[in-house]
Amino acid sequence: MSTTTTPAGPPALSPTRTVKAWWQAAPFTLVFVVFFLIPLALTVMVSFWNFNEYELIPGFTLRNYAAIFEGCSTLTEHGDFCVSLSTYLSTLKFCLLVWGITLLVGFAVAYFLAFHVRSPGMQTLLFVLCTVPFWTSNVIRMISWVPLLGRNGLVNQGLMGLGLVDEPVEWLLFSDFSVVLAFVHLYTMFMIVPIFNSMMRIDRSLLEAASDSGASGWQTLWNVIVPLSRTGILIGSIFVITIVMGDFVTIGVMGGQQIASVGKIIQVQTSYLQFPLAAANAVILLAAVLMIIWGLTRLVDIRKEL
Amino acid sequence: MSHTDHDAPAPSAPTGLSRRSLLQGTAGMAGILATGLAPAVHAQEKIVLRYLGTAVNQDKAIAEKFKADTGIDIQYVAVTTDDVTKRAVTAPNSFDLIDTEYFSLKKIVPTGNLKGIDTKKIKNADKITPLFTTGTVAGKAVGDQGTAPKKVIFLEGEKSKVFAKSPTQFMSLIPTVYNADTLGIRPDLIKRPIESWAELLNPEFKGKTAILNIPSIGIMDAAMVVEAKGIHKYKDKGNMSKAEIDLTIKTLIEAKKAGQFRALWKDFNESVNLMASGEVVIQSMWSPAVTAVRTKGIACNFQPLKEGYRAWAAGFGLPATLSGRKLDGAYEFINWFLDGWAGAYLNRQGYYSAVLDTAKAKMEAYEWAYWMEGKPASQDIKSPNGDVLAKAGAVRDGGSYEARMGGIACWNAVMDENEYMVRKWNEFVAA
Repeated sequence: MSTTTTPAGPPALSPTRTVKAWWQAAPFTLVFVVFFLIPLALTVMVSFWNFNEYELIPGFTLRNYAAIFEGCSTLTEHGDFCVSLSTYLSTLKFCLLVWGITLLVGFAVAYFLAFHVRSPGMQTLLFVLCTVPFWTSNVIRMISWVPLLGRNGLVNQGLMGLGLVDEPVEWLLFSDFSVVLAFVHLYTMFMIVPIFNSMMRIDRSLLEAASDSGASGWQTLWNVIVPLSRTGILIGSIFVITIVMGDFVTIGVMGGQQIASVGKIIQVQTSYLQFPLAAANAVILLAAVLMIIWGLTRLVDIRKEL
Repeated sequence: MSHTDHDAPAPSAPTGLSRRSLLQGTAGMAGILATGLAPAVHAQEKIVLRYLGTAVNQDKAIAEKFKADTGIDIQYVAVTTDDVTKRAVTAPNSFDLIDTEYFSLKKIVPTGNLKGIDTKKIKNADKITPLFTTGTVAGKAVGDQGTAPKKVIFLEGEKSKVFAKSPTQFMSLIPTVYNADTLGIRPDLIKRPIESWAELLNPEFKGKTAILNIPSIGIMDAAMVVEAKGIHKYKDKGNMSKAEIDLTIKTLIEAKKAGQFRALWKDFNESVNLMASGEVVIQSMWSPAVTAVRTKGIACNFQPLKEGYRAWAAGFGLPATLSGRKLDGAYEFINWFLDGWAGAYLNRQGYYSAVLDTAKAKMEAYEWAYWMEGKPASQDIKSPNGDVLAKAGAVRDGGSYEARMGGIACWNAVMDENEYMVRKWNEFVAA
């Protein structure tokens, strides 16, 4: 929307141009309204409805929200936080761990691809290699962790064969470790792509200038490359955080269904026809994710950078 | 078809070519639709019945045999147990025949989405095993805690939203398959007899047990354990009070915190993997999962326990809106299903069929002796697709039909406090 392209250079856009611009935006707006805004509005509405075993009862009640936060003012008899709080904390913990690890790994891989691999052909080839994990179905991939990490799995057999441990290591599977491992394995790609994209747009002469001015490799990395890749870092972070916050399949399978996640709670509630409760949970989850993203965009002005 | 009536007088002359051709187009379309639905053409159309249920019961061979016998097509719509209920409540016109569990009726029947099945049109209705109608096996009453079929099988009329207290002409579901579930064990890894549900929480198996993560069924298994450990005696395991739910979940949480469970499972295949890989040596299990572990050549028992079994039963229901030839077709399918061939097929898979006499007629004597009478196999026992399930001389886990079904302690259920229970179950998962 820059005014420089208009030959006459008037300060405001002509009305016909504005109308055209609206038309251009219309198809996506329509899709957005029909498939996102309306369902979202319905979700918010249903979250205030009442329900019984077999039907939704339109109305306005705060009972669903109250049920979610019931008992959250005190600790349970086992010394835990209430379900909602501990579930959100556990989900946030995974989010933070996965975000940190995928960021480090993703940045390193993207850096290697962007600055060390010179030929575009090789870059493409290595990129395709990174997508190999996505060639099989998600469920198959997760089930195949069992023979690898299980009690009688390959890793444990190797460790015992080397005499490093006497008993099989139990925490390799159905644990926080295995959940984080599966997430990192799945979602590092979402970090690599946007960071790589940002890095490719860095003017190479800036790096030469830094080097000419006597900056060390680390200094160039920290003061030139990281600031210039932050759009990519931000976009990658948004991908990873939103996916992990809403996930229930990976946490379910890799955590042996013993680790709670917000997504899982919503899924259980919908399968028991408790739609208003599920809707209330979804609204709270959405609010939490939006707050995280809002916080992130405070750090980087994404519109300016793009 | 009122469309044609409305469109016919419409072409008021001077509106221009485009509008005119458009109108003609609509009239033409309506015409095609009208002829397409005309009775003369309709009568020659094949009937296709959309059969909603879980994949476990939807066998290709059954649909093929039915088609060969009657010419009616069965189109399977396979979803999970919970989704069958969800579809029945939210989209009752998306199927012509539903295969669902009796316990879900408490959610479906009050919506009025099912019609009572007229037993006068069901040839073998009076031969349906008394387990369903009176809750007895061989004249003896079995456990009726939970949603026992006898409590929900009769409706007050064809269009009824309430269950009848005593037998009537109309049934909510015509039973198809049923079984009694217990714990599955790996005898090669446990190396001692297992006789009680209490063993699931025995610290001896710390980190090597699993329970299923379907709240309404998992809580029943947990209740069997709580009772076996002598912690509490329930009035009705299938309909607990809030205090009882709290107690049961508390027991589960304590065990979980002590590291008793290796995993929880939700999917049939997960339970097979857990058992076959040796991650778990004792867990809640379903009969076909035990068979699946065994066909991998791994020892696995569906262990009969002294406290009894948790039973389940499924049956055919008809959507309230079904009518005409599809309704006749659905009745024909149900009659065919009870006629023996399908029953024999199910019995050979380790389930039980609703009408035993007709199934017996379609089974070999040695098969009947192994599956139903609890006698040692006089020759190798094969599954319907030819896999050897048991070698000659083997005896079925749990013995005869009477011993097994007579040992029912409770039935899968939906509790009055279902919402509270699901919330507490989530607490267990989060702990």
